[in-house]
Amino acid sequence: MCSIKSVLTSSALLVLFVFSLSAQAIVDGHEYQFNSDDALQNASRAELFRQLAEELRCPKCQNQNLSDSNAMIAGDLRRELYSQVQDGKNSEQIVDFMVNRYGEFVLYRPALNNKTLALWYGPFVLLALAGIIFVSVILARKSKNKSTAVTAEAIDKNTEQTVDPLSADEETRLDELLNPAPSNKTEKEDL
Amino acid sequence: MKRWTLFIPFAIFLLLGFFLWRGLYLDPKDVPSALVDKAFPEFELPTLVSGEKKSLSALKGQVHLVNVWGTWCISCKVEHPFLVELAKSGVSIIGVNYKDDNDAALKWLKDLGNPYLFSVDDENGTLSMDLGVTGAPETFIVDAKGIVRHKHQGPITKGNWAPLAAIRDKLLNEVGTK
Repeated sequence: MCSIKSVLTSSALLVLFVFSLSAQAIVDGHEYQFNSDDALQNASRAELFRQLAEELRCPKCQNQNLSDSNAMIAGDLRRELYSQVQDGKNSEQIVDFMVNRYGEFVLYRPALNNKTLALWYGPFVLLALAGIIFVSVILARKSKNKSTAVTAEAIDKNTEQTVDPLSADEETRLDELLNPAPSNKTEKEDL
Repeated sequence: MKRWTLFIPFAIFLLLGFFLWRGLYLDPKDVPSALVDKAFPEFELPTLVSGEKKSLSALKGQVHLVNVWGTWCISCKVEHPFLVELAKSGVSIIGVNYKDDNDAALKWLKDLGNPYLFSVDDENGTLSMDLGVTGAPETFIVDAKGIVRHKHQGPITKGNWAPLAAIRDKLLNEVGTK
């Protein structure tokens, strides 16, 4: 049992690992290297390239970014992105270039404006709403529990005070009723 | 608990159902063009047949269809005979030969007919990138001022020409009245 479980987890991890490799494969390809003399600049440009290739969506594809897609247009845009990064353009300029041509569709991280307000803040509003409902349900349940507990206690007290203890006769009668003697049973059968 | 609160899950179900049902009829490939109602991008490219340089000014003064095509594109082959037909009926079409081999493109025009006033040779895809082309064929309707007024993705056929013709006619009227 335990071994099957561990095999399953390890194979799932392996699959995840392989997928994450393939996502990186194209970006890390030999084609897009930053080899100027300034090592610091190379690192920052390579990072910008990697970041934008992952944040920009391939306009031909439904749900792949530039670094994942094999579509012709994605290849063209990777090359364009590379040359613009090489030219020292910043993230904003490159994103503007893409949006001017392909529309906001290409942004996996859409800009914050009136049209995207619900997209950005909607989830938080829903979360807050869910939180409010959760808390109010919990509070309602708690106060209900408290009030029932209080009334039960009150009833207990009342009964103790008003009900008299049983007399000896009543005790024996109760005992008879609860534990009928076997002799009675045979009598009934005779009748 | 109040009685109406029991209906909240049903209301949520109806709301979700409505959106999912709407989603069935939306085409996720139908991406709005960023270029509609903007100026056609500047370009300076040689034509395919004569090699003469053409620029944006060649587009102005008349309503044109600008058709992006390539010999590597199968849908273009489907579309081509209808473009030839349109050209014969007097529709002015300008071609953008998108990342293509010149010899193959010239052979194509020779064999299948040339519906284009001229085709510019967009060998590196620079103009096509400025146009936001994601794949051929794509067709832009450009007005006399050189403003892109409509973008059509995929082949133009007899079946989908009517609405495009309506847009073109409207633009032609604009030119006529001014």
